[in-house]
Amino acid sequence: MPEAPLLQVRDLTVSFATRQGALRAVDGLSFDVGQKEIVGIVGESGSGKSVAIYSMLGLVREKNATITGSVLFEGREILGLSDKELQPIRGGSIGMIFQDPMTALTPVYTVGWQLVEQIRQHLHLPKAAARQRAIELLGQVGIPDPKSRVDRYPHEFSGGMRQRVVIAMALSCNPRLLIADEPTTALDVTTQAQILDLMLKLQDTYDSSIVIITHDMGVIAEMAHRVVVMYAGRPVEIARELDLVRHPRHPYTWGLLDAVPRLDAKHDRLRTIRGNAVSPLNLPPGCAFAPRCDYVMDQCAQRPPLQGDADHVDACWLSDAQRVTIRQRVEQPS
Amino acid sequence: MAAFGLLVVVVTACLLAPVYAHHIAHENPFTSNLNGTIRLGNKTVNVLQANTQGLGLGVTPIGPTWHFSTYFLGADSQGRDVFARLLYGGRTSLFIGFISAVICCVIASVLGLASGYFGGAVDWLISRIFDIVWAFPIYLLAISLSVVLLTSGLNIAFIHIQAGSLVLPILIIAAVFVPYVGRPIRGLVMSLKEREFIQAAIGAGASDFHILRKEILPNVMPSIIVFFPLMVAFNMLTESALSFLSIGVQPPAASWGTIINDGLDLLYTRPWVAMAPGIMIVITAGALNVLGDGFRDAFDPKAKLRGSI
Amino acid sequence: MIYFIVRRFASAVLVLFAISVSVFLIFFATPGVDPAARIAGRSASAQVLAHVAREFGLNRPLPIRYWLMMEHLFIKQDLTSYVNIGVRVVPQITQAAPITLSLVIGAAVIWMIVGVLGGVVAAANQGKFIDPFIMFIGIAAVSVPAYWLGEVMNLLTQSKFHSSIFAWVPPPGYVSFTTSPSEWFLHLLFPWLTLAALYAGIYARVLRAELVNALNEDYVRTARAKGLSERRILFRHALRCSLISIVSLFGLDFGALIGGAALLTEVVFGLPGVGMLTYTSLQNLDLPVIMGCVMYGAFFVVLANAVVDVLYAYLDPRVRLA
Repeated sequence: MPEAPLLQVRDLTVSFATRQGALRAVDGLSFDVGQKEIVGIVGESGSGKSVAIYSMLGLVREKNATITGSVLFEGREILGLSDKELQPIRGGSIGMIFQDPMTALTPVYTVGWQLVEQIRQHLHLPKAAARQRAIELLGQVGIPDPKSRVDRYPHEFSGGMRQRVVIAMALSCNPRLLIADEPTTALDVTTQAQILDLMLKLQDTYDSSIVIITHDMGVIAEMAHRVVVMYAGRPVEIARELDLVRHPRHPYTWGLLDAVPRLDAKHDRLRTIRGNAVSPLNLPPGCAFAPRCDYVMDQCAQRPPLQGDADHVDACWLSDAQRVTIRQRVEQPS
Repeated sequence: MAAFGLLVVVVTACLLAPVYAHHIAHENPFTSNLNGTIRLGNKTVNVLQANTQGLGLGVTPIGPTWHFSTYFLGADSQGRDVFARLLYGGRTSLFIGFISAVICCVIASVLGLASGYFGGAVDWLISRIFDIVWAFPIYLLAISLSVVLLTSGLNIAFIHIQAGSLVLPILIIAAVFVPYVGRPIRGLVMSLKEREFIQAAIGAGASDFHILRKEILPNVMPSIIVFFPLMVAFNMLTESALSFLSIGVQPPAASWGTIINDGLDLLYTRPWVAMAPGIMIVITAGALNVLGDGFRDAFDPKAKLRGSI
Repeated sequence: MIYFIVRRFASAVLVLFAISVSVFLIFFATPGVDPAARIAGRSASAQVLAHVAREFGLNRPLPIRYWLMMEHLFIKQDLTSYVNIGVRVVPQITQAAPITLSLVIGAAVIWMIVGVLGGVVAAANQGKFIDPFIMFIGIAAVSVPAYWLGEVMNLLTQSKFHSSIFAWVPPPGYVSFTTSPSEWFLHLLFPWLTLAALYAGIYARVLRAELVNALNEDYVRTARAKGLSERRILFRHALRCSLISIVSLFGLDFGALIGGAALLTEVVFGLPGVGMLTYTSLQNLDLPVIMGCVMYGAFFVVLANAVVDVLYAYLDPRVRLA
């Protein structure tokens, strides 16, 4: 019997009331995050992945937003808690890393001040001890000379260094779960790799679980144990990382994987998914991917359910046999 | 829209001032009427009555009659019809506010365009001039200029402007506000100059004059349009303040500021003399500000004139 | 920070020099204007004119004339009026200065408190009735002449309601703080409120806009994700960052106030400050006094702006480097 998952998301739906009608940014998202597990959520921009995790922690502040479903963290329902009730969870047992490190820190305080603020909020340490911990953390995330950098302002750090500060902040109170929203998107390529390595190393030290959101399959391949592929607010495939990369089942996942440039490329041209992501305002009634799918069938007018075996589910009407044929044709072009 | 309507009403009323003065009130609002009498109902009343209270010094002018035909808002201490003066004063105030805003915006645009477009020594010189005028408190600068020029007039080379002429306050007010419009325009031009379409025009060998006129000016225009009503309001307020200090519009000419000044001594006996022009200023400047806000929303949401009013 | 302060004050000194030269040029070198006749006042005798010409070196080169003016104003401080013969100008200004400062600083304290409170309340209650109300006050405030508002205040407190609710309001005038703090306060209360009313609305409006922007910033999301209380997010993060632009606005307005609205307000409320001094000297065309008031006033404003800029740099660490 496996231990209970740390985070259980069931049927999470976030919709915004707009002038053009209800906009479903997240539509029936369900997944689990186990102890010490790294789950990647992947999808194009606008696929609702960020909104989904912001909504879990009450960070979606728009008044016209409606959030339904269930999010169990350590067995406790956290969806719909008040700001006050969420306070110990935010930054305490769940740490967050944001996409753009350039704007994520308050510009008028030193990084040390901001770290100490969070440490004292959750761990109730005396000032000196909190500062000591802040310096320690900055050292752990690889900031050189943390003793003097602790009194510097965010604008005195480079982007990569700021992201390290944000990571230090997220880890400062030994969270059980770390949520990283596109943590490397705003950084240059060499820094990206360093930050990912750092996160893996720290995950090991701190025994925490990670949910990482990205549109980059490369990040998924490096980090994730399990992957949720999202399209237009809906999960279309959930599988272990190895299974997903080796035996992807959903046409959208095929597209994502084929769009990754590879050194051993057999094709001259990088393949892309045709068309643009659909607007969540006018989703087709059936499969949301149907308008862009090369293998669309009559059945696609109905919405496919997530199905498959326990470890690998996807939402597509294609039969196993059809999928095998299609993939063989793609793998061996004439 | 309501603001615009209000503005039209005020402007029309002021433009019709002579019609009112000559055909309805039959009073000359610029000459004293110390011994005049008017008929109210079936009584004859002196326009100015000797003070009966206190030391019995001075006079109390007639109060508002609320009849449009005569002394609607009463008389001032010279026995002049306040309502007629109010309309004439409005003409002057609006005229000064409007013309000085035009002059100010034109000068500021020329300087701002030159400074932002040519850069280098031109920019340095113009920016320093802006800096000094900017750092100089507006009223103190206006006071210095007014006090020197107003009594002796301006005589530079072939330009001769008589003392007491309306042109002086117009020029002074226009001058002190130039950096307030010129600086934002300079910044705008500098950022425009980096844009591709300007660079393309430069690369294509277009003349500076052509680029300024055809490419940059049309893109600066929305900001100027946004600034304009705000400048008219600013200028009107400045004019009224200078006139209140007796260094703006010179008597016997009237502006809303001079009438408020006339009314200062009558504040407790005949409050309408000072209140009416103030209310007119508030209405007009308020309408102009709302209009400016509207223009900003419509043309250029990012335009900022001093802070973010 | 020290470097910033030094640099800021060095540039202030340059500006002071530029302003003093402009004032000098306006008063002594405007074409077609005879400075001796202007300084000596109307119908001055030839003897007086000659004295003025000697005192200010009017037949000597411009730089020497500039130096003489500055010497009379700041070093010897022996500039005298020719309208009220023999009255020294500088002591008059230094006597009047505390009154103007009482007026301006008191008003600034009130409008900053009211403005910040109003802005925070409006931002915390976005979309409710207080929002358009503050918007309206902001527009009204930039459209009302200060001195006229002062007259309205006077009319209400001294005449219309003086026998009823405003019976406690003293007549216009000034009582120094050292004579009686409570009288000082009562005499200045309505002048303060007049000036504060003009600015509090604008500040509330600007701060509201800044706060609404700040609350949508990424760093506020970070602060919330850190588990901070909503109150702490609003005050320690959003408000702290929004205050930066309020302070820079304050620098501009405070200066404008000294050289502008405060001057007129003093006249209306009968406060014998620098503004009143300027006003009476304008009525008499007492040029030396006007020159002194303008110069001292402008200097004070420039220095006040420099102080505000230093405060600004203290609030916003990003500025210190620039």
